[in-house]
Amino acid sequence: MKSAYGVIRPKSDKKGAGDVASLPPEGGREMTTVALEAERRRRRRNRRMVAVAFALPALAINLLVIAGPAASSLYYAWTDWNGFTIPRFTGLENVMRLVEDTTFWNALGHNFIWLGIFLSVPTIMGLTGSFMLSRIKRGAALFRVIFFIPYVIASVVNAQIWKSLLDPATGIAAQLDKMGITFLNDVYFFGDSHLSLYSVAFVDNWHYWGFLVVLFLAAMQGVDPALFEAARIDGASPFREFWHVTLPGIRSTLMFAIMIVSVGSLLAFDYAYAITGGGPAGSSDLVSLLINRTAFTGGEAGYASFMALVISLLGGVMLVIFHFIRRNEAAR
Amino acid sequence: MNKGLRRTPISYTVLILLALFAGLPLLVLVFNSFKSNLELGNNPLGLPSGLDFTNYVEAWTQGSIGRGMWNSVILVGGTVIGTCVTAGMCAYAMARLDLPFKRGFENYLFVVISLPVQMFIVPLFFLWSNLSLIDSLFGLIIIYVALNTPFSVLLLRTFLVGIPKELDEAARIDGANEMQIAWRIILPLARPGLLTVGLVSGLGAYSELLFAVIFVTDPDKLPMATALLNYSQGHTQLFGLVNAAAVIMTVPAVVLFLFMQRKFIAGLASGGVKG
Repeated sequence: MKSAYGVIRPKSDKKGAGDVASLPPEGGREMTTVALEAERRRRRRNRRMVAVAFALPALAINLLVIAGPAASSLYYAWTDWNGFTIPRFTGLENVMRLVEDTTFWNALGHNFIWLGIFLSVPTIMGLTGSFMLSRIKRGAALFRVIFFIPYVIASVVNAQIWKSLLDPATGIAAQLDKMGITFLNDVYFFGDSHLSLYSVAFVDNWHYWGFLVVLFLAAMQGVDPALFEAARIDGASPFREFWHVTLPGIRSTLMFAIMIVSVGSLLAFDYAYAITGGGPAGSSDLVSLLINRTAFTGGEAGYASFMALVISLLGGVMLVIFHFIRRNEAAR
Repeated sequence: MNKGLRRTPISYTVLILLALFAGLPLLVLVFNSFKSNLELGNNPLGLPSGLDFTNYVEAWTQGSIGRGMWNSVILVGGTVIGTCVTAGMCAYAMARLDLPFKRGFENYLFVVISLPVQMFIVPLFFLWSNLSLIDSLFGLIIIYVALNTPFSVLLLRTFLVGIPKELDEAARIDGANEMQIAWRIILPLARPGLLTVGLVSGLGAYSELLFAVIFVTDPDKLPMATALLNYSQGHTQLFGLVNAAAVIMTVPAVVLFLFMQRKFIAGLASGGVKG
């Protein structure tokens, strides 16, 4: 957990690493103090130059790929740009269009269903798995590896696994059919518009929950063991122990997980793209698929940029909310 | 303690069920990659009748998968080297040199990390097509390096801050210049951090889908992920064949993961991106 948090919000290194570097004091050599001082300053300037030169490639590539295009899309969002012509500023036209665009609201609705699914199912599975893991003595490392493997496997492979498992002709349904159980025979998990979104989310979750197990487990191992000891001496049941000791102990990691799941749900792309492509009839469409189609097959880069702006603002609002929650937590 | 022992049967039951849920689909993938279409129909989930590598040979020699693997090798290699070099240098400047506006730069990195991909992917595509970097592995490598750098810089920075300052001061007194200090003293000590960054960015480049789908469409240049996707869409009902291709793609990643799971888990947990 420490490391996860450290990257998102590292403590400012007050110890001053990288600050003024001082040569060790040279006692009793007053003659050379001036020269030493000049040398010290020269070295320091030199080091600043080297520092800038070292940071430059990272900054340049970042401006080129991320910051520059992101800034320009703030303008393109208000134009009729098709990617190749000179964009024409169209004022609020894209706003009007978006308000009435049922495909957008359909996709955004799915993103929120996705959010609901991912805030509950993998979080509960992750908490269950990690709590059970924290209680056993043998085999914990093995379980952890098995849970984590799907997270390491590429989304296209996971998509393929479940496409074949949930295919009525070849997968689980076919096996059950051989055993005389036929209720799955006509269920097309990815082809039925009532099921497709949930089936795709199920596959994404199958690959994702193990990651949360590992994240939560690391946090649980950081909770003071004396607290568990005390709870056990007081005769607390495992459930009460979980509720009153474990959960409060991993609170900040839980918040972090909720944050990345929330923001990630607005960006979800891989599984819907690889399994259903958003279909059938838009029943598993998500905003990122729609942006992709609008910009690159529909040739409406300006309008797509506006959709992107809206979804990014939503994500931004979520991040700000989490930021304040976390600050309040820290203040308590 | 006794109570703890008495409780564990429930824990093991739940854990075994979860492990079956995670692991069985993978086993079926491998089983089915050895089956012909006929055998798949008769035996959809069970063990294959024998180790028949026909599917593997066919998937590999039909072109797209073998070529995809080679393209991915280039892509992953370029991304790992590019990320380690740019992020390593930048983190070094932040952690151990007097980088001006250090605080502001750090905030900039945080903002960039939380920028959603959609915010820049559309203009980036048309910028890339103006620069003739579409359908180019090099163009995709630059994007992956840029995507991986901010988080890698922050990860490596925490790592480099932990190395005692006295080491480079001693070297400076001995007359080492900045390059020598970075190369001879800090780099060897930073190797574990670079390994983590390399694993995370490499695995990312290997499995990434969104940018790969949009920026490379030339069938000869497809990396493994999109090559496999195309292959599965071209052979919809040939599950055995596509499963073999999927296993080919999975084996390198899983083997590497099993050998370095600690590094992987720590690195991916600190990346913290919902994928």
